[in-house]
Amino acid sequence: MLEFLDNNARFLLIGSFPNGPLGGLALTLLLSFIGLVLAFPLGLLLALCRIVPVAVLRISSGVFVYVMRGIPLIMLIFWSYFLVPRLTGHEVSAFTALVVTLVLYQAAYLCEVIRAGIQALPKGQLEASRSLGMTYGQTMRLVILPQALISMLPSLLGQFVALVKDTSIGYVISVYELTFSAQQINNSLLTQPFAVFFTLALVYFVVCYSLTQGVNFLERRINRKGSQTVVKLEVANVSVV
Amino acid sequence: MNSVLNFDALLAPPLFSQLLHGAQFTLMLFVACWILAVSLGILLAVLRISGWPFSERLVAIYVAYHQNVPMLAHLFLWYFGISTLLPAGLQDWTSNHGGEFIFATIAIGLYMAAYFSEDIRSGLRSVPGGQTEAARSLGMGFLASMRYVVLPQAINNAIPTFTNHTIVLFKNTSLAMALGAAEMTYAVREVENETFLTFETYIVATVFYLAISLILMAVGAAAARRVRLPAH
Amino acid sequence: MLALSKVNKWYGDYHALVDVTAEVKRGEVVVVCGPSGSGKSTLIRTINRLESIRSGTIKLDDVDIHGKTQNVNQLRSRIGFVFQQFNLFPHMSVIDNICLAPMKVLGQSKAQARERAAALLHRVGLANKADAHPAQLSGGQQQRVAIARALAMDPPVMLFDEPTSALDPEMVGEVLSVMKSLAKDGMTMMCVTHEMGFAREVSNRVWFMDHGAILESSDPETFFTKPAHARAQNFISDLRH
Repeated sequence: MLEFLDNNARFLLIGSFPNGPLGGLALTLLLSFIGLVLAFPLGLLLALCRIVPVAVLRISSGVFVYVMRGIPLIMLIFWSYFLVPRLTGHEVSAFTALVVTLVLYQAAYLCEVIRAGIQALPKGQLEASRSLGMTYGQTMRLVILPQALISMLPSLLGQFVALVKDTSIGYVISVYELTFSAQQINNSLLTQPFAVFFTLALVYFVVCYSLTQGVNFLERRINRKGSQTVVKLEVANVSVV
Repeated sequence: MNSVLNFDALLAPPLFSQLLHGAQFTLMLFVACWILAVSLGILLAVLRISGWPFSERLVAIYVAYHQNVPMLAHLFLWYFGISTLLPAGLQDWTSNHGGEFIFATIAIGLYMAAYFSEDIRSGLRSVPGGQTEAARSLGMGFLASMRYVVLPQAINNAIPTFTNHTIVLFKNTSLAMALGAAEMTYAVREVENETFLTFETYIVATVFYLAISLILMAVGAAAARRVRLPAH
Repeated sequence: MLALSKVNKWYGDYHALVDVTAEVKRGEVVVVCGPSGSGKSTLIRTINRLESIRSGTIKLDDVDIHGKTQNVNQLRSRIGFVFQQFNLFPHMSVIDNICLAPMKVLGQSKAQARERAAALLHRVGLANKADAHPAQLSGGQQQRVAIARALAMDPPVMLFDEPTSALDPEMVGEVLSVMKSLAKDGMTMMCVTHEMGFAREVSNRVWFMDHGAILESSDPETFFTKPAHARAQNFISDLRH
């Protein structure tokens, strides 16, 4: 087992970097980070669409969220990677397809997290702000969102953990993230499947568990700091993969 | 690029039965995983509150492990890894009797059991302590107070998340294709490879998944409504 | 009927009940009062074993309540307890709330239980609310249902833990009048309460507690006009202002 780790740890953790592209755990974390950074503004936009009193926006964003949550991530990957090139005639790299799919998928979940956070604020906040003469936009920007986002921070970071797990779907389109890298190692070794996949599980566990503990710590600190109640959501923080 | 969608080819016998079998496989896998996950989830939740030494710690570790490792990794570990640790006779038996189905069921079932047990646990915690006190003060024993006062409320409170997780479980069955299990997504890819009708086949799969998800959501909503208005 | 003898309780290092020795005779109404944190609620909760005791005995008709061999459920079925927070079962109608324990603990038939429940609802003035759910009732109404629920078990003694403290002022009266009529009918009652008017009018004895001990035990007239203990004197004069 240790010998296996010796030979393959490097590939598992960073791929063939610097002699080749980044891979393994490093790529997984990079994908997750990019995914969250891009998904957040989109999720915020969707959340706002879901709550504004404009029927068209509410319905279309609602449909988008419903579809994203109703079909498996693997189908979405297939749509992006196999169908889009056929429709548009352009080649799509696996990396791009993966990022785009993850962003869209996570944005739908983030939308629900953010929406719940906004709606959890007491109505009095909106009323007080409007009574002072501020517009809806100003109210959102200066009063509602700042409060909502702080209380949602732990849930949002929890989505990062979900994203780390979701990147494993890159396996089906041969992106060299952690899971695919492990499968490649197994295919070349063939003799130690248990060691390979147990290590895979262990790496994910260590990374995700530490992140989750970090999020819990943050949550406790936020709770202690103010009268903000942290929005604990069961809807979020469940990745499909 | 097709300007006319060609669904007819898909309705023809060989391809259609492939898709139908895929759908059947998915549904059977879903049911098997769900039963395993719910039973084990209940067991874990009960174990956790039983007060036996180490049970709290052990269940916590089980839940933490399963929730922090992605579904695909679990599937591979079971199908490629743990299967090799089984005695040779058992290995042969499973590979001749739908090993993909068996290991997919185990992997997905164990994974979702972690989530279901947490749902039950938070459902129980959501019932205020005063309810138990009131029931016990009236002379009801532990079991009676659980059965008539605490559990009905706990289940009612847990239904929304439970429904969500059931849908997640359903979607997770699609990952069994990575093991070569002939479920819906796998069947769709096979048909697509043969016919190149990418758009049409993907629509079929998408509609299938959306329809079942919608049904599951409706069932969940109905269950929540029913529990809220207890029958007289 | 109820005999407490040298009851002691500690929460860690904190001495919550100090050598409490007192008696409640059959048909007596005892009011327990004192400043916050004096141990009054703790004391009354030890009587139906919602709290444990470290030493001493509490006896109901010569049965040791905290005895190790006692069937606690049987004991509790003979002691009625009314909570500050009512604790009605929200998932059941009012009449089902009242019938549940008689059916499941006393083994009464549904018809039997319902008949008695209807009579009790009439007695507390809520005959027309039998099929309502707790959420549809006001606080005062809920507490009256809670009293009916406790009475349905036909207990020889009723304990009240600050029954009106969680109520809006205008609803206190309706609950107190139910309690007064119970007292008039000869029920043995022990009430932890701040309602001194009730104490003066209805009780036979007043126990004044502070720091876990009963400092004074006298009849209401004496207690309110000429309290003996210094702290009781402060308490009475604080009440006046």
